[in-house]
Amino acid sequence: MTAVIDTLRLSAEEANKLVADGKISSDELYRAYLDAIGERDPELHAFLYVCENDPGDGIPIAIKDVIGTRGIPTTAGSKILESYIPVYDATVIANCRARGLRVIGKTNTDEFAMGSSTENSAFGPSHNPWDPTRVPGGSGGGSAAAVSAGLAPWALGSDTGGSIKQPAALCGHVGLRPTYGTVSRYGVVAFASSLDQVGPVARNVRDCAFLYSVISGRDANDSTTVDVPSVELPTADDLKGLRIGVPKEMNGVEGIEPGVSVAVNKSLELAESLGASVEECSLPRSVDYGVACYYLIAPAEASANLARYDGVRFGLRDDGADFREMVMKTRDAGFGDEPKRRIMIGAYALSAGYYDAYYGTAQKVRTVIKREHDELFERFDVLVSPTSPTVAFAIGAKIDDPVAMYMNDVLTIPSCMAGLPGLNIPCGLSEGLPVGLQLIAPQFGENTLFRAAHALEQAIGFDVVPERLR
Amino acid sequence: MTTTWEPVIGLEIHVQLKTETKMFCRCRNGFGGEPNSQTCPVCLAFPGALPVPNRRAIEETIKLGLALDCAIAERAVFHRKNYFYPDNPKAYQISQYDEPLCANGHLDVPTVDGVTRIGITRAHLEEDAAKNVHVATSGRIQGATATLVDFNRCGTPLVEIVTEPHLRDAETAKRFLQLLRQTVVELGLSEAELEHGSMRFDVNVSVRPSGSDELRTRTELKNMNSFNFAAKGIEREIARQIRIYEEGGVVEQETLHFDPAHEESPPLRSKEEAQDYRYFPEPDLVPVQPPADLVDRLRAEIGDLPGARITRIAETLSFYDADVLVTGGLDRLWADVVDAGADAKEAANVLANQFVATGIDPHSVDPGELAKLVAARAEIPRAAFDEALAKVGDGGFKADPYLEQKVVADTAELDPIIERIIDANAAQAEQYRSGKHGLLGFFVGQVMKETGGSADPRVVNERIRALLG
Repeated sequence: MTAVIDTLRLSAEEANKLVADGKISSDELYRAYLDAIGERDPELHAFLYVCENDPGDGIPIAIKDVIGTRGIPTTAGSKILESYIPVYDATVIANCRARGLRVIGKTNTDEFAMGSSTENSAFGPSHNPWDPTRVPGGSGGGSAAAVSAGLAPWALGSDTGGSIKQPAALCGHVGLRPTYGTVSRYGVVAFASSLDQVGPVARNVRDCAFLYSVISGRDANDSTTVDVPSVELPTADDLKGLRIGVPKEMNGVEGIEPGVSVAVNKSLELAESLGASVEECSLPRSVDYGVACYYLIAPAEASANLARYDGVRFGLRDDGADFREMVMKTRDAGFGDEPKRRIMIGAYALSAGYYDAYYGTAQKVRTVIKREHDELFERFDVLVSPTSPTVAFAIGAKIDDPVAMYMNDVLTIPSCMAGLPGLNIPCGLSEGLPVGLQLIAPQFGENTLFRAAHALEQAIGFDVVPERLR
Repeated sequence: MTTTWEPVIGLEIHVQLKTETKMFCRCRNGFGGEPNSQTCPVCLAFPGALPVPNRRAIEETIKLGLALDCAIAERAVFHRKNYFYPDNPKAYQISQYDEPLCANGHLDVPTVDGVTRIGITRAHLEEDAAKNVHVATSGRIQGATATLVDFNRCGTPLVEIVTEPHLRDAETAKRFLQLLRQTVVELGLSEAELEHGSMRFDVNVSVRPSGSDELRTRTELKNMNSFNFAAKGIEREIARQIRIYEEGGVVEQETLHFDPAHEESPPLRSKEEAQDYRYFPEPDLVPVQPPADLVDRLRAEIGDLPGARITRIAETLSFYDADVLVTGGLDRLWADVVDAGADAKEAANVLANQFVATGIDPHSVDPGELAKLVAARAEIPRAAFDEALAKVGDGGFKADPYLEQKVVADTAELDPIIERIIDANAAQAEQYRSGKHGLLGFFVGQVMKETGGSADPRVVNERIRALLG
């Protein structure tokens, strides 16, 4: 007979081995996750669409609903794409299929990945598996909740300003935002093209590293992609010789909860005991200006990227007397408040007479942010800070205050603006909720992140299964 | 004292490149095809689709830039030009803005008075739009219409060439356009067919008092589908603006649709509705940095350009003949026919006036046979010559069978025919004799008809005059 499958505990690596060794079949594993979804997703609403039986001979994977899947609805959390079924797979999906991975479903997201809580999803928020009255983070809250609650062994997310790292922090697992250009964006519904990156959402660092090796690499369909150094699956349990920089602005920013600081500082002490050197450093302009610049550049690009939703070729159409009226009615009915807000900000930032003051200046500051990081990486191998200033907050707490919502990403945005890889691992609990530790490396420094995060993960010994589900 | 006025004319030309595939996707690039049969997620702008630039199109644009003596950018950037329209599926066109591939060039246009140098502000690469087809719908609402969109053309590589406002008259503007077209065709970049839209152009026109260097409000003429219409449209617009100024009026900045069937150019839109295109660098593409050795290789591939050939041939022939031969793509055949023994002027006459009307591909012609035909033109009947010329492009064409037919120049043979025709047209003969000498052509025509075209027209002319006299 077959083994009992505990999807809450099973890592992707273990699941893969069970299937490879013939202990369970791919179908049995797939059904076990479908059962888990049937049991726990009514409460969590991690999925917008569940596949009944996606082809493949490997293990399941959950996919954030901004990533295009051939024949499987892809809504980007928006009413304007409610009826849209892609005719082609995103490159990352093709890569997953080539390894036998089977899509188990499409996970909830803030509309067009714009948000930090999934409350901007046109189809209702997801809930945090540690406390369903709280948000799972965003925009990739659906993928985070699914992995945390054992509804999928792993998942793909997308990160523009923190949409993989911040939900991983709030749900207590591992998420990587890769170096810009290492993972193809082809087939991924675009939010802000110069910032969007697809990345892995996983239960542990080795799974994260493996999934990164599956999806990364140069893609002929995305001319911003580059050749990627080969991925090393981490085994290290010490940090000898690792030079850790602790940017004081990112560890002392206004609004960091005391419980978050305590957990992060404990991890830094652990790192020292594992052989790392830990030294304070500074990223003054990146933290001061990062969010402001991000909210010019990302909306500017979004205002153009979201312009193709005009009702002509696919998705929602709300007819009007002429083309102009049809476009206006379609977009008014199809977009929620947050995309509308960002389209307006972005169009304004790009308009004649304002371009230099807003978009132009933001691009210059972006260069400054990149240089500030580059200078630190002459002295350090990784930079460490909290991922999110707070633990998971209550659903509804920030929904009426966009700026407060934007400040959730104050610590994740600077490295995104610099195109750098960042990884979240859980580092403890505060008020019974997970605290996330952010590790930032230089361009193409993913292997450094995996090695450091794996050693810390072993030492911290965080149990990724939400207490209430154990 | 009356003011004299100086026109200021600038051109903006779009040329579709005939690459195998489209600018940013791998769809076939070609005219025709079932509507929407040459499309993919990229050129339909489906969510998540990304552009990948066509290397060939970039190289060809650089080549054209070099042929126009432009500086080639070490770093060129694609920009997004944002506007909503059904034929623009991304709602932005990928174009170039302040960092084009080619800038600061010129084209030397030979004219009857020498060479006129026209500055080229820039030549950049962009993608073409789809085609909107407006149709009436059969429905309950009378006059309701719908727009269908064919995306086959969408994403075709398009080079935009912008001139400095250096042109001063319609004739030179027309010559510039013809020369540019021939340059593009000879470089192998485009068919540049006006009727298929693979070459299109807009004209900016203003006028100012002669001697002034001010730039007054300009109007833009769009949608001109022939070089002659362009010249006519420019002349008409110059006259219109001068009339407005002389009546104390103000020229409005507007776009005019040129309609050759009507005397007026109706306005399309005024600049009050001018769009803010919110250009910004296309984040889905990296800057283009053409390596120096590529630019050198492309430069080496450029041959003898048509402008220089017109000037050179005009030393032997008239400027007019040289211009027609070169811009008609006939000068190489002309040179070969002359080499084969034909008289330069005779050969030019035949090619520029008669051969060009046959539509025969000059490459299919055996210059030796054509040279024989040119040499015998005066000695064989007009009809035989025309028939031979129509077949000169056929495989294995031989001139000899046509050369055996001789014209009838014998007055003993022609005079009775002429006399008969004069008798049969007594009224016209009387009018001629009373001074209406224009009727000579009528009688010549009758004789040529009667002789089946075999009579020598010079002899016929001479004899009719004598016999009517």
